[in-house]
Amino acid sequence: MNSARALWPQIILLVVIITVCVFPFYWMVTTSLKTQIVALEAPPVWLFEPTLTNYFEALFEDGVLQTLINSLIIAICTTILSLILGVPAAFALARFEFRGKKDLWFWFITNRMVSPIVLALPFFLIARNLGLLDKHVTLVLIYLTFNLPIVIWIVTDQFRGIPYDLDEAARLEGASQITIMLKICLPLAMPGVAVSAIFSFIFSWNELMYGLILTRTDAKTAPAMAVSFMEGYNLPYGKIMATSTLIVIPVLIFALIASKQLVRGLTMGAVK
Amino acid sequence: MHRQVSRKTIFAFIGPAVIGLAMVGIAPLLYAVWTSLHFYNLTKLKRVEFIGLENYWTVLTDEVFWQAMGRTFFLLGTALPLQIALGLIIALVLHQPGLTLLKTLGRLSLVLPMATTYAVVGLLGQVMFNQKFGVVNQLLGGANINWIGDPNNAFFMIIFWDVWQWTPFVALVLLAGLTMVPIEIEEAARLETKSNWILLRFVQLPFLVPGLVAVLILRTADTLKLFDMVFTLTRGGPGSSTEFISLMIQRVGFRGFDQGLASAQAIILLIITIVLAQLYIRVFYKEV
Repeated sequence: MNSARALWPQIILLVVIITVCVFPFYWMVTTSLKTQIVALEAPPVWLFEPTLTNYFEALFEDGVLQTLINSLIIAICTTILSLILGVPAAFALARFEFRGKKDLWFWFITNRMVSPIVLALPFFLIARNLGLLDKHVTLVLIYLTFNLPIVIWIVTDQFRGIPYDLDEAARLEGASQITIMLKICLPLAMPGVAVSAIFSFIFSWNELMYGLILTRTDAKTAPAMAVSFMEGYNLPYGKIMATSTLIVIPVLIFALIASKQLVRGLTMGAVK
Repeated sequence: MHRQVSRKTIFAFIGPAVIGLAMVGIAPLLYAVWTSLHFYNLTKLKRVEFIGLENYWTVLTDEVFWQAMGRTFFLLGTALPLQIALGLIIALVLHQPGLTLLKTLGRLSLVLPMATTYAVVGLLGQVMFNQKFGVVNQLLGGANINWIGDPNNAFFMIIFWDVWQWTPFVALVLLAGLTMVPIEIEEAARLETKSNWILLRFVQLPFLVPGLVAVLILRTADTLKLFDMVFTLTRGGPGSSTEFISLMIQRVGFRGFDQGLASAQAIILLIITIVLAQLYIRVFYKEV
């Protein structure tokens, strides 16, 4: 059906798409491997001798390592907490009938629509009054506002897809609801749980604004650290891009693993 | 299908999530309402006092606030049509049969922009669009364009990165819609017409509508939330040329220290968000 001539426009278009998507990423990685002198050459150079100095300096001298660890701790904790709170709630939404269920579901999901700056102002004041500024736990808690909805959204869907007969059979054997959830439904819902965990991790890991407002030094996150390189006149381009690369790589790995579910997760709240 | 269970059981399952989300999602909002009714400046904490609706009055009559709001919707109005048009082209290309390997590569590379941390997109913008050392000016044949320092160029740059980051998302949503078209219907239609346009308009479009609605809702919400990328790229400048609503509230609250006024702005933003969400739901989901 497709003659070779008809294919050419397609091939060109695809190559353009791939180039545009990949180029900024390529530029980030190569800039991170340039010395400051090479990075500041005008016009920019394409061929150069790569060096890992930026990575070593950023990680061990400027304290990027600590901020990566902070980001990791926060992202893992908030993901676990979201799963502990979200999975039973999702089970209830998928399996039980009760009044106000629709409204509750709507409320969970619409949390995604609220601009984070709306919550950042009061959260900052509350954290300040309680002495919780610059503590990991503060970010773990505020990140629940977007992680809990995403876990509930994806896992409820997954639970709904599990045949109800399995529950019924277990109940006749005398199993409690908790046993049914943990022993029967949860193992079958694992793909959904894993995807929601990946999302939760990515969103927390990527987040900048709360990190900027609610941390200073001890709990500073990696994106906030990358931004703090931007102060002053002589910008250390290589270090900024090295830090950026270190931030993006884990996200990219996770995103590629979950790429089939990426769209589904991101359209949360807007499709039925 | 569903079974009746005791209230206690239901609460045991869903209570923790409700309480958790209320604590971090609703309690702060109530506190923001309280703050918005007070004179509350971080540098003058000794004289926090109740001033009623004065902050709201200031916001509603504040030209700068409405300019930031208008700028936000202008960004949405320019970036979203571009994202939809380009996204549709990409989706249609990927939907064509053949060239499997190249298309798989294409689909995987679409994940890259979506996965790039928003803050990093802004940093990348700083590096690539730098007037002197940036690769963009070089690729434009040694142009000497001041991207970051010129108000119009800065705004264009924000549009560029927003389109770069979110077109893949739109493309994948639309591609999912295209694959929903039953293969028999598409083939029958292809026998009737040679025009791809007619095929798109009458056969494929109905399957794309739910995805387009989702994109419209999410892009509206995300543009109202937009902060990270702009903050790292331009900080809202030069002047206030890229100061979108979330950046403005952050500036007033944390760089201007006026928490009372910023809270009033935030509450008004929240109300606008809720009204828009309701409007969208009424318009789009009524007939579904």
